[in-house]
Amino acid sequence: MKIIEAKKITNIVSKMCIKAAHELPADILLAIKKSELKQTGLAKHITKLMLENAKIAKTELYPLCQDTGSAVLFVEIGNKVFIKGNITKAINAGIKQGYKEGYLRKSIVKDPLFKRKNTNDNTPAIIHYSFKDGDKLKISLLLKGAGSENKSVLKMFAPSASVQDIKDFILSAVKNAGASACPPFIIGIGIGGNFERSSQLAKKALLRKINNFNKNKLYAELEKDLLKEINKTKIGPQGLGGNVSALAVFIEQEPCHTASLPVAVNISCHVSRHITEVL
Amino acid sequence: MNNLKTPLTLEKIKNIKAGTQIFLSGTIFSMRDKAHKKMVEEDFYPLNLKNQTIFYMGPSPTRPGHKSGSCGPTTSARMDKWTPTFIKKTGIICIIGKGQRSQAVKEAMKGKVIYLLAFGGLGALYAKCVKKSEVVLFKELGCEAVYKLEVENMPLIVAQDIKGESIL
Repeated sequence: MKIIEAKKITNIVSKMCIKAAHELPADILLAIKKSELKQTGLAKHITKLMLENAKIAKTELYPLCQDTGSAVLFVEIGNKVFIKGNITKAINAGIKQGYKEGYLRKSIVKDPLFKRKNTNDNTPAIIHYSFKDGDKLKISLLLKGAGSENKSVLKMFAPSASVQDIKDFILSAVKNAGASACPPFIIGIGIGGNFERSSQLAKKALLRKINNFNKNKLYAELEKDLLKEINKTKIGPQGLGGNVSALAVFIEQEPCHTASLPVAVNISCHVSRHITEVL
Repeated sequence: MNNLKTPLTLEKIKNIKAGTQIFLSGTIFSMRDKAHKKMVEEDFYPLNLKNQTIFYMGPSPTRPGHKSGSCGPTTSARMDKWTPTFIKKTGIICIIGKGQRSQAVKEAMKGKVIYLLAFGGLGALYAKCVKKSEVVLFKELGCEAVYKLEVENMPLIVAQDIKGESIL
């Protein structure tokens, strides 16, 4: 049995918020660098500015984007881990601490429809728990901006839908996202599960490292096909045209009801901020 | 490439075509959803914004030693429902934001307002262009307050020029 104090989780989550807000994951940064070689003209110029932004953010401690997002966490708890204290409270305390100490923007409103008053500490976080064998506690955090989140979509297909129907739906979601979702995108896709699970899979897909394709060959091919098709749209950086419109497409799939075929598309902007720590 | 300095005039912008890259300097005012809603829906315009430039932006808090927090553009389309009235009431001449506008906004801007795109997701880069920042209205709105910013060489691109030609 591994005992982990709740306080330790708070401190780690706090540091994760600050690091994620200022430092692009290495694979995303590399993908942007590589994309610069494929771009020309204005698209190339914008890509250079994206790289300059990443450098300023990391070295001079300005958040990569002023929208430091909703805090979304995927937490995997091993069956040999005992958490001393309340993990949900500990995580939210970490968000509060990180957003304060890191000078990150607090963007969460308490009532979504009527009062829309800011909670002033960016809580509550959105937390997805799962349970594994072993003595590890794995915490993944995404800071998800609203510009791209607002362009994300879900559709419940009938099982009679073809792969082409699904591709068309995904492509139209990406085209509709356009400039306001800050391309080049990273596209997370959840297929299967049910209504809420497909969205969760789409979000989780955004955590995958670039060039790590789906383990299932059919889905890996679909990821590659979709990336090609998306880049053919010529949306380009900031929607102003270019040869690279997405840096990656990640699909996560799960079993689903025989009468259903849910497909969720979660769009991430080029500042795809996420980080994972294992305790 | 063009250098522009606020306050803008129709004379200064009449020949600048959609698609032109701009470096903007001078005073600009940030405002977004809540400030628009308050001003338009309560018909409350305490600032003289005649010929001024507004920026759809809500910054992250300013770290000690910095002049501004991160400050890139937010999605312009969210302001669409208020923009035609806002233009009529204030007489602004320039809007800086991100992404498409509605047909009604495009029409309302024609001949009166130039629409500039700031590059989304580059908040750190834009923060470095800010030389001074202060809240001048709706302090209680936090990041959605109206900030008066002094900026230098903000990299932008003309999305819709004064004649109504657009690259979007």
